[in-house]
Amino acid sequence: MIKLAVISGKGGTGKTMVTAALADLNQRSQVLADCDVDAANLQLLFQSQMISREPFHGLESAIIDASQCRACGLCQELCRFGAIHNGGVYQVDRMHCEGCGVCENQCPEGAITMAKVQNGELFVSETEKGTLVHARLFPGSGTSGLLVHKVKQKAEEMTPHPSWILVDGPPGTGCPLISTVSGMDAVLIVTEPSVSALHDLRRVVTVCRRFGPRIMVLINRYDLEADVCQQIHDYCDNQGLRVIAQLPFDPQVIEAVRKGMPITRFDSPAGKALLHIWEDINSELVANERGRGEKPLP
Amino acid sequence: MRIAILSGKGGTGKSTVAANLAFSLSQTMEVTAVDCDVEEPNLHIFFPDGDVAEEEVLTLVPIVDPDLCNLCGECSRFCRYGALVMGLNGPNLNPQMCHSCRGCRLVCPQDAITEKGRGIGKVSISHPLSGLTLITGTLNEGEVMAPPVIKKAKEISNSGQLTILDSSPGIACPVIETLQDADAAILVTESTPFGLHDLELAAEVVKDMGIPSGVVINRSDGRDQLIGTFCKEKSLPVIMTIPFDRKIAQVQNRGDLISRLDPSWSEKFQELYRKTSDLKEAVQ
Amino acid sequence: MKICVTGQGEGLQSRFEERFGRAPFFTFVDDENGLESLANPYTDGSGGVGPRAAQLIMDHGAKVLITGRLGDNAANALRSGGMKVYTSGGDQSVAAVLDEYRAGRLQPLQ
Repeated sequence: MIKLAVISGKGGTGKTMVTAALADLNQRSQVLADCDVDAANLQLLFQSQMISREPFHGLESAIIDASQCRACGLCQELCRFGAIHNGGVYQVDRMHCEGCGVCENQCPEGAITMAKVQNGELFVSETEKGTLVHARLFPGSGTSGLLVHKVKQKAEEMTPHPSWILVDGPPGTGCPLISTVSGMDAVLIVTEPSVSALHDLRRVVTVCRRFGPRIMVLINRYDLEADVCQQIHDYCDNQGLRVIAQLPFDPQVIEAVRKGMPITRFDSPAGKALLHIWEDINSELVANERGRGEKPLP
Repeated sequence: MRIAILSGKGGTGKSTVAANLAFSLSQTMEVTAVDCDVEEPNLHIFFPDGDVAEEEVLTLVPIVDPDLCNLCGECSRFCRYGALVMGLNGPNLNPQMCHSCRGCRLVCPQDAITEKGRGIGKVSISHPLSGLTLITGTLNEGEVMAPPVIKKAKEISNSGQLTILDSSPGIACPVIETLQDADAAILVTESTPFGLHDLELAAEVVKDMGIPSGVVINRSDGRDQLIGTFCKEKSLPVIMTIPFDRKIAQVQNRGDLISRLDPSWSEKFQELYRKTSDLKEAVQ
Repeated sequence: MKICVTGQGEGLQSRFEERFGRAPFFTFVDDENGLESLANPYTDGSGGVGPRAAQLIMDHGAKVLITGRLGDNAANALRSGGMKVYTSGGDQSVAAVLDEYRAGRLQPLQ
């Protein structure tokens, strides 16, 4: 099994478009996981049919029983997250409660309990290119890393022995990204020739290095800014990172998104380039997988 | 007035709007721009000039006095984050998992626990232009607690003047921290199904928080019906449309600003500010 | 000496579970053939489950853990508590894993 995550550091570089293209070109069994739980978009590029949904429970949250509360205010004073307000009665603001349990422990009246709250939903959909696991985080939830973990776990459960697990990652370098990269064989970083994207590329590479996956870089819309594109190449050379390909700016990409299809189904410059990229990634990772298989088990 | 700039999706041009707005307004008034996208702060790229002062952002973590600890384990049983675990020689702390709730300190029967600060990021302050103060929050790589860094960056900016808050993408806790106490929000989107899907999420957040908001459509190719229909349904005014133009993209990609190169854009961003102020007025 | 094995269910005949922090059950055996299975309260926990599960089995008096895989945070917690950790894998019963351990066929986690 090969586990590949497509990530980007900076958002909007074309990560989901690339993931959908790779999924579309893969002819072996695969399961897709959309780990951008803040804004899951992969399903918009396939004919997807939801087959199951389940609630996601993240952190516990404090609940104050107004009938037992004597309004001493100790909970509000002790809460480090500013999650308890007094608007006539003491109440917990769920968007800020981190579920630490201090108020429950310290309340002299025993008026506070901790309870699981729903923070989102986990979905399984069938697409023409295999099972897709995705999720929706409720606004303000602080547990996106855990939901990412659940999405990956569900993806592994759904298909017992897929040849590929293909993951569409979140932007950024925080907990959802860390949760996504952990356990991956390889990451494909989709970047673009902008100063901001290069800046974020550096940060995301630093984080990925801690987890040891093979790192590959793809420069999208490389022809929009030649100087910065060269800077990306220089950075990658310096870091010993392989730039596996460059994709040209191609207006048909937006057309494909508008039609809700992977770009690989259009006769377009970006679609053609992605075919080569897929062959390259496929042969590199399959060879790597075979290499691993031949090694004696530790 | 505090204006937050956000987008459900990354890469819609949130920082472009924030940077151009900050630049354009700094021509006529004092403005502070706060980069709250602490995982990937990018505003400083557009404003590299000026001396930078830095402040470290600390969170509190427990320290255990081994002479007082009797190895009872109350602290580690209390910790819901798995940050404190009893070893043979006392509790061991994994600082990156600690949420600084100080529950361990409160439950310790021996009063063996105190707290000390641990650096998780920094806030940088500079004055790149005469009318502009730039405050950048940066979370150290590998750290996960973005909200304290955002909070600190916002605290430093808290001087009552016009403040532009550039949020991180998405709708998770860092965005909520950024939106806290904002007077108005600008939601930046693009006219694709991706843009619409993510705009729906962002619109839900600002509605929940009761923040008056308007929409900026970026990289428009003139076919904005999808976004337009949604905005009409939700009574969200479209307060600016920026066309897709290779030249604008190039300027942006180089780390420059269209409003710096072309005064007519500076005017358009000042107009965006007036429309955003009107949103706030309409509510009051 | 108390040994803890991660399992998908209670008792020795249930299947071995490779995950540690989110294992459904911990089965403890000791030298006097004492046997006890404990439902893991952290299977659905929201973070820090590895170290918390480590704390739980150490509080329960285990000195040896046999599981499939565990994260750095759990491994560090177990190390600081002086636990010996062995790894096994595959589709087999908790009893079979214990037999492997007693026959000295399991690798200690470095």
